[in-house]
Amino acid sequence: MSKILIRGAKVLGGEPQDVLIDGETVAAVGQDLDAEDAEVVEAAGRVLLPGLVDLHTHLREPGREDSETVLTGTRAAASGGYTAVFAMANTFPVADTAGVVEQVWRLGREHGYCDVQPIGAVTVGLEGRKLAELGAMHESAAGVTVFSDDGKCVDDAVIMRRALEYVKAFGGVVAQHAQEPRLTEGAQMNEGVVSAELGLGGWPAVAEESIIARDVLLAEHVGSRVHICHLSTAGSVEIVRWAKSRGIDVTAEVTPHHLLLTDELVRTYNPVYKVNPPLRTERDVLALREALADGTIDIVATDHAPHPHEDKDCEWAAAAMGMVGLETALSVVQDTMVDTGLLTWAEVADRMSFAPARIGRASGHGRPVSAGEPANLTLVDTAYRGSVDPAGFASRSRNTPYEGRELPGRVTHTWLRGKATLVDGKLT
Amino acid sequence: MQRHLISAADLTRDDAVLILDTAEEMARVADRPIKKLPTLRGRTVVNLFFEDSTRTRISFEAAEKRLSADVINFTAKGSSVSKGESLKDTAQTLEAMGVDAVVIRHGASGAPYRLATSGWIDAAVINAGDGTHQHPTQALLDAFTMRRRLIGRDAGIGQDLAGKRVTLVGDVLHSRVARSNVDLLHTLGAEVTLVAPPTLVPVGVETWPCEVSYDLDSTLPKSDAVMMLRVQRERMNAAFFPTEREYSRRYGLDGERMARMPEHAIVMHPGPMVRGMEITAEVADSDRCTVVEQVANGVSIRMAVLYLLLGGNEPAVSHARTTEEK
Ligand SMILES: [Zn+2]
Repeated sequence: MSKILIRGAKVLGGEPQDVLIDGETVAAVGQDLDAEDAEVVEAAGRVLLPGLVDLHTHLREPGREDSETVLTGTRAAASGGYTAVFAMANTFPVADTAGVVEQVWRLGREHGYCDVQPIGAVTVGLEGRKLAELGAMHESAAGVTVFSDDGKCVDDAVIMRRALEYVKAFGGVVAQHAQEPRLTEGAQMNEGVVSAELGLGGWPAVAEESIIARDVLLAEHVGSRVHICHLSTAGSVEIVRWAKSRGIDVTAEVTPHHLLLTDELVRTYNPVYKVNPPLRTERDVLALREALADGTIDIVATDHAPHPHEDKDCEWAAAAMGMVGLETALSVVQDTMVDTGLLTWAEVADRMSFAPARIGRASGHGRPVSAGEPANLTLVDTAYRGSVDPAGFASRSRNTPYEGRELPGRVTHTWLRGKATLVDGKLT
Repeated sequence: MQRHLISAADLTRDDAVLILDTAEEMARVADRPIKKLPTLRGRTVVNLFFEDSTRTRISFEAAEKRLSADVINFTAKGSSVSKGESLKDTAQTLEAMGVDAVVIRHGASGAPYRLATSGWIDAAVINAGDGTHQHPTQALLDAFTMRRRLIGRDAGIGQDLAGKRVTLVGDVLHSRVARSNVDLLHTLGAEVTLVAPPTLVPVGVETWPCEVSYDLDSTLPKSDAVMMLRVQRERMNAAFFPTEREYSRRYGLDGERMARMPEHAIVMHPGPMVRGMEITAEVADSDRCTVVEQVANGVSIRMAVLYLLLGGNEPAVSHARTTEEK
């Protein structure tokens, strides 16, 4: 059956409407649409959003298929309501050539759960010394527009300047993992009151802020577009706010976990809370929420970072950094931003679909829910309450900080170009 | 008392005084011809050292043997951080062997906490130093030494350190001894001042229950005890201070500085001392310096901790005496 009628959903959180999908596109949006030959999805009380777009996902394939693959990662994405994810370049081999990015892009298409838009490395092997073939990656079938050495910072100011300039030729953007390497040697957690007590190496806020300050100034100087990955401190918010007020073309993302969790959790020494950038303080969390609400921070990105059990079931210092996030992101955003009155659902659609698609130039995603548009859609039961059970995750890894935590909201359906990838909370 | 000893901050005032009092009883055993109690007969204690520390290991081993425990020494140097799972693997091996207590020394902060709370093992866990986090038995032996010297061996029983002024000098940032001492001394009612160059004081120290000063000379006349912390020479290369000479000029303890301390005040050092840089030979060898006593007191404190965590409810020594003297 190629027609689907979603009945009575609150489109972008507004008044209930019917949405008719015909083939790969939205055929009509309106009241009392004709259900004839359509499969009907009763959606009363639920919120219909454009398919979510994640600008920052680690799919691990190629190289670490024990933690995630393109298949398991895109299934996790579909479970979380995503129809497109941008896959970070820090794989083995590194996604620094047209060959690797095309392979990742193609795997996403073949599996059909979620479009995978590869991110290309800025420098060869993420080593920070020599620009990767950015143009070739852009011209490949993958059509790469976002470049990042994520996991590492492009800390050499000249390389960063050249990358920013170079990608202007094809409308690309450099996404910076802002971490001054010398200031974070041996860093294990946010530097502050808690690190002082626990005796864990500190990751100072200024190590993030100094790089962001430098990069927005570089972007201004060369007239380029820069994107700040997983911004995590109140000071970073101030710098981005200042840069935007000056007209600098900067965008920024925040992760769900930085909107909810603080470094107080590190007192448990449980490596499930070990992440880069580290969990910060309550004051930072509140500043990030406010900045996401007022648009200083443009988007929510998951930094979904799957790790196998053994990489976390050890002492803190030996543990890998990162958390999975695709399957819980929308719930955390509802908890921290919607249920607190900071964002409407229409604004959530902006921060989690329209804006990330625009920054990453993902055509076909982040489109309005209206006739003629690609049927990339997500249906959310916002009244749902339940505790997170990682056993049900589609991701190959279970390193979630939310195990057993009650979070609101549940994605019930996801459609990728009219094809259901998630139905009643179950993957197709 | 809790089942584990991970951090000096976990001890209440009464716990701490109980340990100090018990250690006084244990110290009397050392004065006897046969320095052994049957208290932990049939119990197995493992000294699990992921990081070299002959002094601490020998001190624990002596304490365990004086309590008649079966002792296993397990050295796992080099396998800690490079192979993440080794701590868990080792723990499960020990668990299978039916170990009653694990004395753990580890280069990573939090490793003993993780061992005690992750469900990997049932044994009591005693932290013998973890990364730059805690070294609670060191703080206890320091407090024990202070109580004996500043209050008196018998007069000190039942007492805390209320009103005593203690100054810790040196590399606070990297010092588990400093963290443990600040916590415990505060609990025992002492007033603590940390003295160090600003580069060696952690960001966030303002929430600690102590004062911070960058000036040693003005602090000395107000100190009942001055504890010198170890400064590793490699800190110099990381630009924590300009030169060794400048460090010792500003923060080293020599005879002239010691003369500014009140007559009764003592000089302490967790050892091993870097003579010349932190402390001059004149100070180290003076009778105000308690380094040797600290080592002896370490055994009594560790006996007390092992006894209280593992032993029964009966008094350790009187019970032992009747058994022995029969
Ligand atoms: Zn990153």
